[in-house]
Amino acid sequence: MTQDLDSRAVAFFVRRHRLRPVELVPWVLAVGAFFVFPDYLALGAQVLATILFGLSVDLVLGYAGIVTLGHAAFFGMGAYTAGYLAAHGMGAPVLGLIAAMAMAALVGCLSGLVILRAQGLSILMLTLVVCVMLQEAANKLTSITGGADGLQGMEVSPVLGLFHFDLYGKTAYCYALVVLFFGWAVARTLVHSPFGRSLTGIRENVARMHAIGTPVFFRLVTIYTISAAMAGAAGALIAETTQLVALNALSIDLSGLILVMVIFGGVGRLYGAFVGVPLYMIAQDRFSEIDPTYWYFWIGLLLVLVVMFARGGILGLCAALIRRFEQRRRR
Amino acid sequence: MQISSRFLVALIGASLAGIGIAGAQTEIKVGVISTMSGPDAQPGDEMNKGIDLYVKTHEKELPPGVKVTMIYRDDTGANPDIAKRLATELVTRDHVNFLAGAVWSPNASAIAPVATESKTPFVDMNAAAAPITRLSPYIVRDSFTLWQVAGPIGEWAAKQGWKKGYTAVTDYPPGYDAEGGFTTSFEKGGGKVIDKVRMAFGTDDYAPFIQRIKDSKPDVAFIFVPAGKKATAVMKAWQDLGLKQAGVTLVTTQDVMLDEELPNIGQVGIGIVSSGTYSDAATRPANQAFINAWRVAYGDKAIPDFLSVQGWDGMAAIYDVIKQTGGKFDGDQAMKILTDWKDANSPRGPISINPATRDVIENIYIRRGEMVSGKLANVEFDTIPNVKDPWKEANPPK
Amino acid sequence: MDTAFSAAISIAFHGTAFAMVLYLVSVGLSVTMGLMGFVNLAHGVFAVAGGYFMTTLMMQGGVSFYAAVPLAMIAVAALAVPLERFLYRPLYGADELDQVLMTMGLVFMSVAIGKYFWGPTAEPFYPPAALSGQFDFGTRSFPAYRSFLIGAGAVLVTLLWLGLERTRFGAQIRAAVDNRRMAQSVGINTSGLFMLAFALGSALAALGGALGAEILAIDPGYALEHLVYFLIVVAVGGLGTIRGPFVAAMLLGISDTAFKYLLPEFGAFFIYALTMAVLLWKPRGLFGHA
Repeated sequence: MTQDLDSRAVAFFVRRHRLRPVELVPWVLAVGAFFVFPDYLALGAQVLATILFGLSVDLVLGYAGIVTLGHAAFFGMGAYTAGYLAAHGMGAPVLGLIAAMAMAALVGCLSGLVILRAQGLSILMLTLVVCVMLQEAANKLTSITGGADGLQGMEVSPVLGLFHFDLYGKTAYCYALVVLFFGWAVARTLVHSPFGRSLTGIRENVARMHAIGTPVFFRLVTIYTISAAMAGAAGALIAETTQLVALNALSIDLSGLILVMVIFGGVGRLYGAFVGVPLYMIAQDRFSEIDPTYWYFWIGLLLVLVVMFARGGILGLCAALIRRFEQRRRR
Repeated sequence: MQISSRFLVALIGASLAGIGIAGAQTEIKVGVISTMSGPDAQPGDEMNKGIDLYVKTHEKELPPGVKVTMIYRDDTGANPDIAKRLATELVTRDHVNFLAGAVWSPNASAIAPVATESKTPFVDMNAAAAPITRLSPYIVRDSFTLWQVAGPIGEWAAKQGWKKGYTAVTDYPPGYDAEGGFTTSFEKGGGKVIDKVRMAFGTDDYAPFIQRIKDSKPDVAFIFVPAGKKATAVMKAWQDLGLKQAGVTLVTTQDVMLDEELPNIGQVGIGIVSSGTYSDAATRPANQAFINAWRVAYGDKAIPDFLSVQGWDGMAAIYDVIKQTGGKFDGDQAMKILTDWKDANSPRGPISINPATRDVIENIYIRRGEMVSGKLANVEFDTIPNVKDPWKEANPPK
Repeated sequence: MDTAFSAAISIAFHGTAFAMVLYLVSVGLSVTMGLMGFVNLAHGVFAVAGGYFMTTLMMQGGVSFYAAVPLAMIAVAALAVPLERFLYRPLYGADELDQVLMTMGLVFMSVAIGKYFWGPTAEPFYPPAALSGQFDFGTRSFPAYRSFLIGAGAVLVTLLWLGLERTRFGAQIRAAVDNRRMAQSVGINTSGLFMLAFALGSALAALGGALGAEILAIDPGYALEHLVYFLIVVAVGGLGTIRGPFVAAMLLGISDTAFKYLLPEFGAFFIYALTMAVLLWKPRGLFGHA
């Protein structure tokens, strides 16, 4: 009998990590969009990069339980690093991407070491403050960042020396898709690993995790750093595909926005960003085209309605609906 | 919450265009990138109103068979990445004949390469950073640069015999331009700027900076902040700290003595001298007509400012291209007409585009705040005619 | 030396006036966040609503300032009650993130609503004659309205402290903040309490927005623009206290003004550095509960 339970338990845990067919859907859609919406690839590339950014936020928010209103600090750091290199003759995109991740990780690690001992509202405020200070610094250091006018003179070379960035955004889209894929692979592996499991434990019951001897603080700093690197990659993507970096990449507006998008999609389910970011950005694009003056109202209303009727974001709603469907089926 | 009429017009326009009514209709599309939401919507709103008014009142002047479709997109603020994407979409998806607008300089700089690559003329209706017109051969600007506007007030201040000056500007590029423009001409006229301060962009309360000015005891202080509610905050701090009683004179540009904010500024604005391209109190007939049309369209309480006139004039230039070519032109032909464009009868007086720089040449007026019919107004008392952008003269292209 | 002293007084004065505005708006947030554990990012909406009601009553209705302010407070409290019942109450105890999302939605809506009804420009505000101009004290004169703000803030903090420490209602709030379940089990009607506290907090925000219109202009973007300031005051002060936001606001208001005066190049920077320092030293805020 115990044998049976054991093997069932083992099978359950093994199965959990395997790739399910539904997980291929976003990739199929993304590749399909390339062919179906050739006029929208510039927007598409930005959506993909923002999904990567959202994924980085979901890692700390949904899995480690760190509420951050300052993740744009890492995004912007990555963007400015890639941008700076491109403006100084080192425009190879992949190089810029790696450098961006390194710089963002550095900032993430340092700020994490300082602030991650706090909790609750304090952590929120500290992440916010770090972001604002970084933005102020970028504003002041005009010679490096171009200040409020933005970084000028970026010249991004073709990807891998072959694919030139065109006006329609085809290269940008594919490049962003590939980078997102790698980011996703990393995130997924992380989340299903013992490390990832321990993060969930930290989020749910810190005291217990301390009691069983988990090095909580270092785990948190580690995921924060990884997340920062991912956000930096997203920033580099935006910088390279738009050939622009400005102070809004370091703004708390952006930090708040990405937080809203991830919560909208559903936190802690790995795919919240994949759902929330495109839906939100498309909704915003549509609303602002239909009602350029008052689209804020419709977006705000959408958010309120989602919380009222779809707790846990869109994915939460889907999960609830699936559960209800299964219950009904069992009867 | 009613559906905006703009949406209905766009919908009807789009369906008409789709059906291809009346056979040989030429549709000219103008893509306006403006700021319509968020904390910085005030200037965008003024600019849009000016654009809309021109389109509405000049419909009959279009050649037969030509109609103009306006497409507005919201960049939500100084977001060059969004502006660039909007410009790209307007060009690749909507196939606009003109790009227009741009409240913020970073946004205009981001739109420039899109204009170049797609050969679409871009009429910059506000963004005032001096180098913008150099970023693309397809940019023409009908607004101003801060060097153009701040220079004359520096000159005027020096002429009053004031020797000690102080500059206080907001810490962002237009502020630096204004500071440079004033300082250069003030010192050329014999004065000396004894100290300067740059004020953080997000400042709500200007008291600490005004106190610094008071401490230094200059004869004249030049203050520049972005057009909008910050202007009122500066004036309130100026009044609260009693600078006038301390013997310091305030001079500024039209951004601080902003026509729209004058009702909020009230009594403290009396006597304040500023330089500007447009005051809604100007008595020239072209302005009277403009104000009348404005009041009819937007109500008696609505006040136009220099942004509105820039929108109006920018559309006038676009319409002139359409009229001169009968609605059939490509980007290069449009640019040829735009680069040489003149209007002797703009609400702000005679303006023309400088073919060498594609910047606007216009009169700069020195105005004083006075009560006119019980309301504070910028009354023009001196004119410096046909001012070119001094920054371009001093910095020829390499 | 005399001018330096004079400047110092001026800075202290203006900093305190600014601090009072921050305090008036933020104290309500401290109470609701501390009491109901609700992350209410839309608190600024009640402040700006108070400002809009006051200026509209004064400009369109010809109502005097002294009547318009209390009327605005009542109007906003009336508005807050149904909002609490239908939007906030279902989310008590819910995931913080859902609270963030909902209140951000409200903030966005408020920006559009403000613009729709009042336009994108700031609302004009003219203090009444008795509070305009300068108060003369012999050699020094102080701007009248800012003096009024300081006075109003002082009076309010006293009233609130008395209210919290000396009344039954206050005792119930303090009990519920300390331990909600315990408070419920001794028979305190927490949901009625929450409703009242929320209405009170919103009315206070409205007061802050209305009185503070001289410094923080009433325009559609208000709730979004000043959100960070309000959050900083509450976080540094400590949730659920009356003293906390007062001390935090004073600290922040005066240092912000002082830094901008002494080191304008880094003016904006220091406030955030100061916030970080305080929060790292005392993560629950200066007066927060352990």
